[in-house]
Amino acid sequence: MTALCEIRGLSVAYPGASMPALDGVDLDIRAGERLAIIGESGSGKSTLARALAGLLPEGARVAGDMRWAGGEPPQPGRDLGFVFQDPAASLNPVLTIGEQVAEGARRHLGLSRRQALSLAVEMLEKVRLPDPGKVAKAFPHQLSGGQRQRVAIAAALSAKPGMLIADEATSALDMVVQAEIVALLDDLVRAAGMTLLFITHDVALASGFADRVAIFRRGALVETGPTRTVLAAPAAAYTKTLIASHRDLATPPLIREAAP
Amino acid sequence: MNRALRLIARRALASIPVLLIVVVLTFLLLETAAGDAVDAYLLSIGGGDASVAQSLRAAYGLDQSMSARLWVYLSSLARLDLGWSVAFDRPVRDLIVERLPNTLLLMGSATALSFGLGSALGILAGARPGSFRDRALSTVSLVLYAIPSFWLGLVLSIVFAVQLRWLPTSGIETIASGRTGLARAVDIAVHLALPVGTLALIYMALFLRVMRAGMAEVWGMDFVLFARSKGLSRMRIVLRHVARNALLPLVTMLGLQAAAMLGGSVVIESIFAIPGFGRLAQEAVSGRDTALLTGIIVTSAVLVIAVNLLVDIVYALLDPRVGATERGA
Amino acid sequence: MTTMWRLLATPEGAIGLALLVCVALVALFAPVLSPGDPLRIAGRALTTPFSDAAFPLGTDRLGRDVLAGLIHGARASLAVGLAAAAAALAMGLCVGLAAGFAGGLLDEALMRVVDAFQIVPGFLLALAFVSVVGPSVPVVVLAIALGAWADPARLTRAQVLSVRERDYVAAAQVAGMHPVEIAVREILPNVLPPVLALSAIIVAAAILTEAALSFLGLGDPNVVTWGSMIAEGRNVLRSSPWLSIFPGIALVVTVVGVYLLGEGLTRVLSGRRAAA
Repeated sequence: MTALCEIRGLSVAYPGASMPALDGVDLDIRAGERLAIIGESGSGKSTLARALAGLLPEGARVAGDMRWAGGEPPQPGRDLGFVFQDPAASLNPVLTIGEQVAEGARRHLGLSRRQALSLAVEMLEKVRLPDPGKVAKAFPHQLSGGQRQRVAIAAALSAKPGMLIADEATSALDMVVQAEIVALLDDLVRAAGMTLLFITHDVALASGFADRVAIFRRGALVETGPTRTVLAAPAAAYTKTLIASHRDLATPPLIREAAP
Repeated sequence: MNRALRLIARRALASIPVLLIVVVLTFLLLETAAGDAVDAYLLSIGGGDASVAQSLRAAYGLDQSMSARLWVYLSSLARLDLGWSVAFDRPVRDLIVERLPNTLLLMGSATALSFGLGSALGILAGARPGSFRDRALSTVSLVLYAIPSFWLGLVLSIVFAVQLRWLPTSGIETIASGRTGLARAVDIAVHLALPVGTLALIYMALFLRVMRAGMAEVWGMDFVLFARSKGLSRMRIVLRHVARNALLPLVTMLGLQAAAMLGGSVVIESIFAIPGFGRLAQEAVSGRDTALLTGIIVTSAVLVIAVNLLVDIVYALLDPRVGATERGA
Repeated sequence: MTTMWRLLATPEGAIGLALLVCVALVALFAPVLSPGDPLRIAGRALTTPFSDAAFPLGTDRLGRDVLAGLIHGARASLAVGLAAAAAALAMGLCVGLAAGFAGGLLDEALMRVVDAFQIVPGFLLALAFVSVVGPSVPVVVLAIALGAWADPARLTRAQVLSVRERDYVAAAQVAGMHPVEIAVREILPNVLPPVLALSAIIVAAAILTEAALSFLGLGDPNVVTWGSMIAEGRNVLRSSPWLSIFPGIALVVTVVGVYLLGEGLTRVLSGRRAAA
């Protein structure tokens, strides 16, 4: 697989913070792969995502190198789509869904308003929203959280970028909806041959569909490799702890019930 | 449209108790006047004895008890009869209907001008918060809003009417000029240029600040980051995402300012001798004409309610979230 | 008083405070800076400013010293402005707290009254009140306050309603705190900051309203105010415009000082809350 991006020694520090958010990260992103960035809060995974997309806040100091295959860093919208955690906040409350999905395509694909709008309806259908024509005329407050996240995905992908970064895109959603969104992302990315960077704190969720995983802790890359390998035989101690602390129905209860 | 109509009906209904309170409180306030309109009238004609005063009061119904007069007033109000002005010797309603259009013209023009300029400059300032342009505009608007309107009116009058002689100093049109149609309109426009300009400068400062503050707040919202992540042009983000949302608190502010602007018309009309509603209030005060003053206050209240209603409708048109709970998802 | 130091650190707070302190000092020491009655006839009428050392800013139609008028006028403007704003805030806080805590019918009734005072233009109300009761300083203060108390009342009530719903109030209730204790320790300190931020605007508006009332001849005739000086100067506007210009500048400087101080205060208060 060719490397889409080679990250070498990337360090990011936010103004006023005592510790760097990212510290000397070396990572390769391969074209067409589904890479899961896993870590707990404060691990720097979101910072990595924003740094790749060029969406860091003003005043953030960046050091290191990000060598992109195309030579130039990707342009947000055209080469890169970004989906955020909070679907309610991602959408402009006063504009229609259709306009917000279409605007990326209008800007980067040079479509007319009508063309972009019909493309928007197509995209809404692709993200499996029922009655996409009606949804296009609706406003964000009329949709549920899961529906809004689908809209956000449609909007991020409307200009047909080569890479999608999903920053905790499912963390604010209910469990059932989470699974649906992940499945949707998987299908979309596979069908279009896109590269997917999936940021999450949920190991189990990532393990379901990612090709490779990268484990982060306190701004440093701990371990990276094919999903099955890392999860079955984790090399680093932190990875072991992370996997061990994953809780599902098979895990014994924390709070012991009093014996009758 | 349905949303708007339901809003109007609900608000009109809710305004009635408030208007009632306004009328009663105004009536009570003006009752405490030491001398009433008859006293002032007698003073102006050089005095009169008690029997003349008594018969005048009986004629105008001013000798009845307070509650009786309040009841009479309320019932005539229901018939849209605002009473009789002793100072002008005419029905109050006629006076108000005659003078109100001038004030509305003055206020309307000033509002339109200041809203347009203020929001445009506010967008310019808010496009790049913290930039030199932003700080310059913020400072200028701060100083402008600190200027008393009557003083600014006088200063502009000195510069443009006295020194430069470009514009007339007073009145709403050239008296007995016999102009009609377009010529008359131009004449009125020239006469209103200074008063409208004065008010517009001050209110422009306010709207600039509100728009700029609104934009500064919207810039921090997530959907702006999302818009940036879509790679949209800066102009589109500034106008269609940030300014479009910052417009909402600005429209709200417009409603809140309606009462203040109406009150401010008193001084401006006094300076530029505009025969308007505000000037009428001043004349009612000097003539101790309680009926006229009450009528003016009640009319102001109704006007403010009407303007607020209009503003709410516009707001509902701009913000799709308004009234959403009535329809459901 | 760390708030004070933080206030001085902001440019707005520093400049605003400096301006206001100057005006306040002038007002306080008026009898020292300019002894005697400012309304007495001091010299020749209508001397131009900067021509006579005894009257640096000139004299008016009756020969009264403009500089003396400016210095003593500061007293009226500041005193009335501050007193009226304080009265408006006090009234607004009381009504807002009562409405917010009581709820139900009392809340509804009080809010209708607040509505009534909000829709009548404040200046018209002040005008009517002063004309009816008579122009003296306490009346002017009350008149301005009557026109201004509705906004703080509404804001206070909204704050009380919002703070009542917060988790830390519920936590205090669960912990068994007495309702009055909750009101004073938990709710009140969080209601105050936005209302205090509003206070600067109210003071500024009060100063301007007082000036406008004096300008229209409704101020206390025995007290010299900047507004009445501007009105006086209007009579000779064409020949001696400075008579109206100087008091206006004094007003602008004072109000700018109030605005700047208010902005500095808002920044400091909201910054503290954001950090908390």
